[in-house]
Amino acid sequence: MFEDLTNKLEGIFKKIRGQGRLSEGNIKDALKEVRRALLEADVNYKVVKDFITQVETKAIGQEVLKSITPGQLVIKIVNDELTALLGRDKVDMKFSAQPPTVFMLVGLQGSGKTTACGKLARYYRKKGRFPLLVAADIYRPAAIDQLQILGKSLDIPVYTIKDDPIKISESAVEHARKEGKDLVIIDTAGRLHIDEPLMEELRKIKKAVSPQEIILVADAMTGQDAVNIAKTFEEKIGLDGIFLTKMDGDARGGAALSIRAVTGKPIKFVGVGEKLDALEMFYPDRIASRILGMGDVVSLVEKAQEAIDIEEAEKLEKKLRKEAFTLDDFYSQLQQLKKMGPLESVLEMIPGLGGASLKGLKIDDKAMVRVEAMINSMTKDERHKPHIIDGGRRRRIATGSGTSVQDVNQLLKQFFMMQKMIKNVTKMDMRKFEKGFLGFR
Amino acid sequence: MKFSLEKLKSGLFKTKENLLGKISQAVGLHKKIDQELLDELEEILIKSDVGPSTTAKIIEGLKKEATTRKIDDSEKITELLKDQVASILNSGGVCENQLASPHVIMVVGVNGTGKTTSIAKLAKDFKDQGKNVLIAACDTFRAAAGEQLSIWAERVGVELVGSMPNQDPASVAFDAIKAACARGFDVVIADTAGRLHTKVNLMEELKKVKRVMGKALPGAPHEILLVIDATTGQNGLSQVKMFKETVDVTGIFLTKLDGTAKGGIMIAITDEFNIPVKYIGLGEKPDDFQKFDPKWFAEALFS
Repeated sequence: MFEDLTNKLEGIFKKIRGQGRLSEGNIKDALKEVRRALLEADVNYKVVKDFITQVETKAIGQEVLKSITPGQLVIKIVNDELTALLGRDKVDMKFSAQPPTVFMLVGLQGSGKTTACGKLARYYRKKGRFPLLVAADIYRPAAIDQLQILGKSLDIPVYTIKDDPIKISESAVEHARKEGKDLVIIDTAGRLHIDEPLMEELRKIKKAVSPQEIILVADAMTGQDAVNIAKTFEEKIGLDGIFLTKMDGDARGGAALSIRAVTGKPIKFVGVGEKLDALEMFYPDRIASRILGMGDVVSLVEKAQEAIDIEEAEKLEKKLRKEAFTLDDFYSQLQQLKKMGPLESVLEMIPGLGGASLKGLKIDDKAMVRVEAMINSMTKDERHKPHIIDGGRRRRIATGSGTSVQDVNQLLKQFFMMQKMIKNVTKMDMRKFEKGFLGFR
Repeated sequence: MKFSLEKLKSGLFKTKENLLGKISQAVGLHKKIDQELLDELEEILIKSDVGPSTTAKIIEGLKKEATTRKIDDSEKITELLKDQVASILNSGGVCENQLASPHVIMVVGVNGTGKTTSIAKLAKDFKDQGKNVLIAACDTFRAAAGEQLSIWAERVGVELVGSMPNQDPASVAFDAIKAACARGFDVVIADTAGRLHTKVNLMEELKKVKRVMGKALPGAPHEILLVIDATTGQNGLSQVKMFKETVDVTGIFLTKLDGTAKGGIMIAITDEFNIPVKYIGLGEKPDDFQKFDPKWFAEALFS
């Protein structure tokens, strides 16, 4: 996420750092490159222009000259301005005092509305709500089927009737009220912002159900037109927030900056994968630091807190104190790690890993699957007493898990090393240990 | 398919209107070709998603051309700009129209660019030319992708090789090609699941689908079309690069040009990679598309 922009800005400021004090000339050079990087990141032309002017006014002048480390000050100014551009605070979704609350998702074709609906439903159910998904896309072939399949996989009800989108939405809200569902999420059809009849349809749905939140689902890969799209949706139906999708690719996500700057509407969620749990909140300040290559430690910690079961951790800690770390524990650690989402997105949040060093390093989620398969192919005895696994057993485990003896050897070698390491650190503070164990150093 | 400049123009109307309107506005404000006018042109090009590098190249070209031909009348700038853009678009190469038998086309792209709709358009076009078309539903991942494709197949009246959710897409492709050979189909079009070009495993899967197609019929797939959304910004370059490296894309299908996005990324793409744009999509109906012709396109864009 934002990898390339981060790299570029890092490169530029390295130059400035080496030069001691800033001159008007070299900050102009740096800003020229910042401008280019932002344009390549698809930040809107006008937004870039304003941004550069602001940074320039703030950077050139006495403040900078007095500073001991001019590079740091420039980074701070760019960071502050980026944060301001993204909106300083995180904005939550509004809920109605009288349920059901209605969310309505709108956007162009192919921006990822249906998947976003599924993600929101899953997210809010986890928070204790009772969602109802509403299939109001009657145009695209199989759009209703798609939502129904998502609903089924989440075990969340999907409301479909044969009618026009306005009636569907209206009666869905009625249905939710009767069935005790407190959150209605309406999946509308993708449409061009200049398609007047379809925009009129959205206005009518809005009038019929008065949603608490109208969310524009926008593709992170969108170019300069992102601004027109967002502006038109805002003018014609009014928006409450943005759901930015496909941020797991290498899109530099400049659209996020532009949309926010031009419409003033907050980005509330970020989609980071095709799976329904691939959802992140949008924290403007953190993203700004991420752009500048300072990592996103807070997000990572929160993710870990959500996923890692405290009880499990305590159990493990006890075991460790008794120096009885087995392959079973290793396995449950893997499961915890998996809950945090795709490894790549976890690693991206780590300072120093987000940028250059992660490039080229491809995380193979399948390697974890192989390890799991090997452990699953072991007997109970073998898991508790790994040292009994001899040649014959290794062959059996390899065959059973569809791996090779070499793979099994490697796993065991790693495990024994880890056991040894754990013996040495048992006295260490548990939190420190977790950090080391997960390989995050 | 007959080429209709009228249709292209009306489809590109918003695109054209903005671009041309802004250019003539800029030209109107300046009598001579000066730095200020060039700066304004730069802004127009960047706002059309042409990207900073290609824009710089075009502007440099304009300057050089204007100096060597001693042109300083700003009215002539549109003509110069048209030449520059057409010459970049031409560098993508031309489409070949020889069909193998059966002619196997594999359609790839990131999520949500419009692969399935584009396939329906292609299928209808081949059918209108009197070809027997078979569609293969190799998107076995996204919920209801198979249903979506089968509805389209029914609408345009072509046959479909269906699939089960999570079935190996390569096996679907294999079956479809074998069936096409046995039953004498002329064209096979394979839909694949949308995937971000940065997902190594999914890109490997695509390689496998291609390899297995070659096993079912030596030489297949004969064409690999990358579908790109015209709304895409500079990330389009990254998409082309990765898909080209993975499966050696032979052409680009640019979709959603009926919106307000200018599709300038296409100019950047042909500038950087030697891949021709073969088709453009101009709407949701099966007829809303055109074969791409660089000359016509530049013409429609600037006149």
